[in-house]
Amino acid sequence: MRNRWLSENRTQVSILFVLFVLLLLFIISSPRTFLSGDIYAAFMSTIPFSMIMALSLTLVVICGEMDLSFPSIMGFCGYVFTQVFHATRSVALALLVCVVVGLIAGYLNGLLVVKLRLPSLVVTIGTQFFWAGLTQVLCQGLGKTLVPTKESPLYYLLVGRVLGKIPAQIFWAVVVGFFLWLVLNRHRFGAHIYYTGDNEASARVMGVNVDRVKIIVFTQMGGFAAFAGVLASLEVLYFWPTLGQGYLLKTIAAVFLGGTPVEGGVGTIFGTFIGAIIIGILEAGIIAMGLSGFWTQLVYGLIIVISIAIHSVLRRRVA
Amino acid sequence: MAEPSEVLVKMVNIRKSFGHVEVLRGVDFEVGYNEIVGLLGDNGAGKSTLIKILTGVHQPDSGEIYWKGKKLVNYSVAKARELGIETVFQERALSEQHSLWRNIFMGREITNRWGFIDIRKQREEAERIIREYMGFTSSALSVDAIVGTMSGGEKQGVAIARALHFQADLIILDEPTTGLSLSETQKVLSFVEEIKKKGKSAIFITHNIYHVYPVADRIVILDRGRVVGEFMKAAISLEKLVEKLYLVARTGRLNDEGEVSQKTPTTPHGLESLMP
Repeated sequence: MRNRWLSENRTQVSILFVLFVLLLLFIISSPRTFLSGDIYAAFMSTIPFSMIMALSLTLVVICGEMDLSFPSIMGFCGYVFTQVFHATRSVALALLVCVVVGLIAGYLNGLLVVKLRLPSLVVTIGTQFFWAGLTQVLCQGLGKTLVPTKESPLYYLLVGRVLGKIPAQIFWAVVVGFFLWLVLNRHRFGAHIYYTGDNEASARVMGVNVDRVKIIVFTQMGGFAAFAGVLASLEVLYFWPTLGQGYLLKTIAAVFLGGTPVEGGVGTIFGTFIGAIIIGILEAGIIAMGLSGFWTQLVYGLIIVISIAIHSVLRRRVA
Repeated sequence: MAEPSEVLVKMVNIRKSFGHVEVLRGVDFEVGYNEIVGLLGDNGAGKSTLIKILTGVHQPDSGEIYWKGKKLVNYSVAKARELGIETVFQERALSEQHSLWRNIFMGREITNRWGFIDIRKQREEAERIIREYMGFTSSALSVDAIVGTMSGGEKQGVAIARALHFQADLIILDEPTTGLSLSETQKVLSFVEEIKKKGKSAIFITHNIYHVYPVADRIVILDRGRVVGEFMKAAISLEKLVEKLYLVARTGRLNDEGEVSQKTPTTPHGLESLMP
């Protein structure tokens, strides 16, 4: 029984191990930083944005697809949120409109992939430029303040500090993670995502509506990118026209770090959750260790390559 | 047995062309209740087109299909499944990175009304299904086994067990033994016998007379869009059947003892691959 659990969850156990080793390394090398609560509060305020998108992207990758457009959808939806808020002064309405726009943008990705039978990598390179370009055209490079959102209780619900310390967004990331885990592991739809990614032809023969699965998977990606955009904008109380930039590779890396292979068919929410934490603490850890910021990318590269190598070896042993 | 008709499925004078190529030239084909029919034929003989018409993938240009005596109209893939016609493709309808129990219920999960899967029930059912349909295999299969780690014969067995469990009346086995080792082939043949024991029918499509002969009740030979031979196994020995196949290969026709013979002689070709 225990062996079965271990063999079924070996990728998740191994990525958790990588996280602990890293934390231990950071604590040993800079105990003052890594034994105080402040740095963890900082992590909890910044990690959730890419974590939420990484969790959502996990479904896309398991499905055997890829989405490169979510950072641009995040940016565009941040713009929509800001505009609707300034027009109506309602955070709730702005949030609603923004998420709906995100869902529509994701739906369009899915529609293009399914109906035109195009590779999602190609489609989302296109839509990535489209949404980023549209944002730039519309806001002409100008940002906008979101300070007045502080009047709304929703602000505190989304990015406030629980007990004066813990950023609320980390709870949202956990809620999103739990919800997506539930869908993926306990719901019929999640099973269909796995079958679609594993072998599309088989899934089709067995009556899985593969096209519908793909469209929904892309749609939810758009919705969560929009939600992450709102959180990220509210956290800094300002909408930057460059919102979303810099999230692409870190988010994708979190998914791969978490043990979801690019070929799809398998993968876990928990793995991505840990993967996103690793990506999120690396930069601070490297600098706290006394290495210059120049080292960050190099260490990123090393950790990612080592982790996916571990996953690949583990998977081969299972198969 | 009081059945509404004497045969399960009956295809009458089926014709089908793709462009100028006449693939099926008036084929009559039937499968009885609890009967295993071996369908032999070379590539291009029309086997797969005939099966695709039977499973609703293609529409015939002319001809009729009767299911339990009732003529089928507006026939489709969905309709075929509804009727209880299941096709077992070689390794094509499985999700290899997932467990046996998930594969058994693939696309037909046991869920509550909100669509959440009842994992415990599915595993228990899967356990019961492999005990019932695959219990005779020597290896003790676990329902948690990843399908990709199973042997070719076992995979075929999972697909057949799944079809039987979901009450298929007619199971179409598309080249189930191609590429399998001798012992794996034996396993698949045992699964076919299991279909017979459960009172269901099957069409066994193959190139290999030695694989289909032991399990078939009747053997139909298709050549270039026509049925050129039809034999009840009870009436012919394997040696005699092989002899007949040589005859078909040499002369393109069969002309003695009441076998279906061709209206027009054809030059012998293609059937060599049916030869041992």
